[in-house]
Formats: sequence, structure tokens, C-alpha cells
Amino acid sequence: MGLPDSCQDLSTEMEVDAFRRLFPLRFFERHLSESLRPDGRPLGKARDTNVNLGLVSSADGSALAKIGSTTMLAAIRMEVMTPSTDSPDEGCIAVEFHMPPICSPTVRPGRPADEAPVISKRLSDVISSCDMIDLKELCLVSGKAAWMGYLDIYCLDADGALFDAALLSAVAAFSNLQIPVVALNDNGRIVAINGDGEQENNASITEKEAVNKEKRKLTLKNIPFSLTCILHKKYILADPTAEEESIMDTLVTVVLDSSDQIVNFNKSGGSALVGSSAIKSCVELARKRGKELKQILGDMDID
Amino acid sequence: MEIDREDGRTPNQLRPLACSRNILHRPHGSASWSQGDTKVLAAVYGPKPGTRKNENPEKACFEVIWKPKSGQIGKAEKEFEMILKRTIQSICVLTVNPNTTTSVIVQVVHDDGSLLPCAINAACAALVDAGIPMKHLAVAICCCLAGNGYVVLDPNKLEEKKMTAFAYLVFPNTTLSVLPEVEGEPVEHGIITSVTHGVMSVDDYFLCVENGRAATASLSAFFRKHFQQSQGPSSKAG
Repeated sequence: MGLPDSCQDLSTEMEVDAFRRLFPLRFFERHLSESLRPDGRPLGKARDTNVNLGLVSSADGSALAKIGSTTMLAAIRMEVMTPSTDSPDEGCIAVEFHMPPICSPTVRPGRPADEAPVISKRLSDVISSCDMIDLKELCLVSGKAAWMGYLDIYCLDADGALFDAALLSAVAAFSNLQIPVVALNDNGRIVAINGDGEQENNASITEKEAVNKEKRKLTLKNIPFSLTCILHKKYILADPTAEEESIMDTLVTVVLDSSDQIVNFNKSGGSALVGSSAIKSCVELARKRGKELKQILGDMDID
Repeated sequence: MEIDREDGRTPNQLRPLACSRNILHRPHGSASWSQGDTKVLAAVYGPKPGTRKNENPEKACFEVIWKPKSGQIGKAEKEFEMILKRTIQSICVLTVNPNTTTSVIVQVVHDDGSLLPCAINAACAALVDAGIPMKHLAVAICCCLAGNGYVVLDPNKLEEKKMTAFAYLVFPNTTLSVLPEVEGEPVEHGIITSVTHGVMSVDDYFLCVENGRAATASLSAFFRKHFQQSQGPSSKAG
């Protein structure tokens, strides 16, 4: 390869890059007309997804989910609390979504991101309304003690489709969750029993009054999966990156449960309107994506 | 078959609407909107020069401040702020006043169900009162899904709690002029904003959309009548 050739290559590359920055919308529309996206995906395809379980040893359940380069770390910590009088035999789940400055250049230190409380609210809505977890399973002693699950999700890299990744990591963390063994001591208080080594010291307590015999997993009845789509003119783009989200502003998030019922259909504003056919296509894409994600989570459980 | 509602309404019947504009002295535009006992006050200041950080200075920018009836704002109110902001951005013409910020302040006076739709309608009326350039109005409605597959419109707080699922839907107002169709459907059939809560089947969602859309016709008619009354024949609304 001669020197002039490589120079030419560089100049054309620069031109494409400049075009992308100067006319982002035209750059994308040119791709869309070829049914392709700048990262080489077809319109309806989501990015590569993988899930790792049990990365945080201090938590009772944890998972790291990656969709493309969007990365979410979810961890659950169980604590014993006194249940409220309205529901004496139910536990409770508290969801918090964090966006630290590391995740995106738009988040400034000291000032929380606008999206964080919104996503956290929607996550707790979805988790509570689709009956994924039977809160009665979190009961220890009716009216006296129940589990409080603190689910914290940290966004490590925000590259679009934040809600999808956050929900996936939350579901995976719940599937990894092991409820610790606790016992009732002489004062009638619940104490945790840690590991096998200490169990010998506390042998008298364990034998007498262990409330739950062994570490157990929760049964996840109804697992929700979510897909975010961008609507732009007649195109529907599944699983957008942050760049796509900033250029085309009509986002539709569909959350479906195991029986393909809508748990959440969220669209706020945006320049395009959704008609019935667009709703149908989004639901259809979400259904396919749900199957994919179920497969990915299923593979995890076997390992 | 009918289902009984506590207040004797039919499933598709809305609560009495009331709207008054230009009620506050200081803001550039203000309105109060009530649906039954739910009442929201909205005020608009702007356009003021300059945009906030992270906003595009080539376009008009909006900020929404939600004031609950009492107490601090929580996550739910933050979500409402975000939804309201995105909805307003989608109905306003953003290129007319670039590098400006318009503040919309929403004060909840009383919450008796369908709060967010009521706030969106109030904000719309206040924006018109302030003379902010808009593409069209947005009309918002809450559709509730009863357990037996019936859709109830504009629920009050009690009904909202009893229902299995509900959807807040925002549509463009029905216009009298001829507009181009989108994918074979009239423009006003498109959804600007959709927020759902609770599990529902896809068919039920479509049922909600259909009933909600039908109800927005009377809401739009109310908007139009109100603006024409208060501004005479040279109405700028629409």
C-alpha cells in the first residue's frame, strides 16, 4: 500500500465522520433507507446481551447485565423488618436506581440525573404490578418479622435503552438471590447465622429455633422483559444506542410479562405520534426480544 | 352490559370540566383546570433568554416544576415532571424561539384521580394563555380497566384504586381542518404520550386507546368552545 492511498483513505474517513457530526439526522436517515444502522445492525435487532450472576459477594443476590455497552450492576441486600399492620404477612422490596457521573458525560457530579428517579419509579411499578415476586414468600413470622429487600441498580455505562438493561439486571439479581438463614434468639429477636464456621458456635440456637431451615431461592412467577424502540418516520428501531436516542426523540418502551400481557407501555412525548400499527409492531418486537432474553437467562441458570 | 360507578356515571362519561384562564397576575399565562374534584393550577413564565445546561440551545427549551398539594416532591412527581416536559416539547413549535427557556409550574390544588391528565390539560390551557407557539393542543385522558374487561374513563381516586390497570393517554386535539394522514390513520389518532400502570392484555390496551380517543373529541370540543368564548372570533388556539 503506497502513501498516497492511505492518505486518501484517511480523508474519506474524516469526511464520513464530519458528516455524521454535522448532519446526524441525515446520516442516520441515509442508513435507515438501506435498512441498516451505523453499527451494522438491522433495524429490529437488539445489541448483544449478556448477564453475569453473583459478582458482588457482600450482597445476597447480584447480577451484571450488558446490552451492547450499556452496563447495569444490580445487587439485592435482605434485611429483617417488622411488617406493616396492613399486610402483616408480606415482605417488601425497595428499588433504587443510581446514575453516578461515571456513566455518561451528561451527568455532573453532585447533581443527580433527571432520569434516575423516573427509571427507579418505573422499575418498582413494573416489579410490583406484574407479580414477579410473591411478597408472602418474604414473610418470616406473621406480623412480627419479614424480609425487606433493598434492590440497588448502578448504571456503569449509559449507552441507550437504560430501562431495558436495568430491568434485565434486576430480574437476574432476583434469580440469583439466596435468602439468608436466620434464627430466633432467646430475646425473641431475629439474628443472622453466617456461614458454616460460625454455625458451630451458634449450634444451640440453630437447632432450637432456626426460622428458615436453609438458604432458599425465590420463585419468580412472572418475569417481565422490556424493549425500547425508536420511532422515526416509518422506521422502528429496536434497542437504540445513546447516540440514536439523542438524534431521534420518539421513544416507546414496552414491557411484556411471561404471558405476553402488557405490564407497561410507555411513550412520553417525542416528535412522532404512534398509530395502532406502530403499537402492534412494537409489541411484536418486544415479544421476540422477550423470548431472546428468556433464553439468555435460562442459559445462565444451567451454569 | 353496564358497570355501576359510585357516582352514577356511565363508563364513558367524564366528570364535569371547568377551565378558567388568566387568573394569576404575575405569570405570562395561567390557567386552572378541573375535572370533578381534581383541580390543577398551571402558570407559564417565558420565554426567558438562555437555556439550561445539557439542553439544545438551537431550540426552545422547557422546564416543568411540579408542586404537590403538600409535602416534598418524590419520585412519582419527578416522573410526572418528565412526562409533562416531554409532552409539552412535542406539541410546541421549538424553532420559533431558539435559546429560550419557558417555565411551566403546575400546582396541584386537589387530587381526586386522573391527576396527570388534568395537569396536562391545565398546562396546555396555560401555554395558550401565554401565547407560546404550538403545533396543536394535547388532550389527556385516563382510562381505567375494570377487572371484567370494561373500560372506565376519567376515574376518581376511589375507582383508580379498585381497578386492575389504568392508562394515561394523550392525543392531539381533533382539528376542523384537513390534515395529512399518517399510515392511513388521521393525525389525531396518534398517541403523543402513553403511561400505563398494571397488567393488561394487548387487546385491552387497544380498547383503552379506542375509548380514550373517542372521549378526546368532547374534550377538544370543550377546549375549542372555551377559547372561542374568551377570545372572540380571532382565536389563536387550534
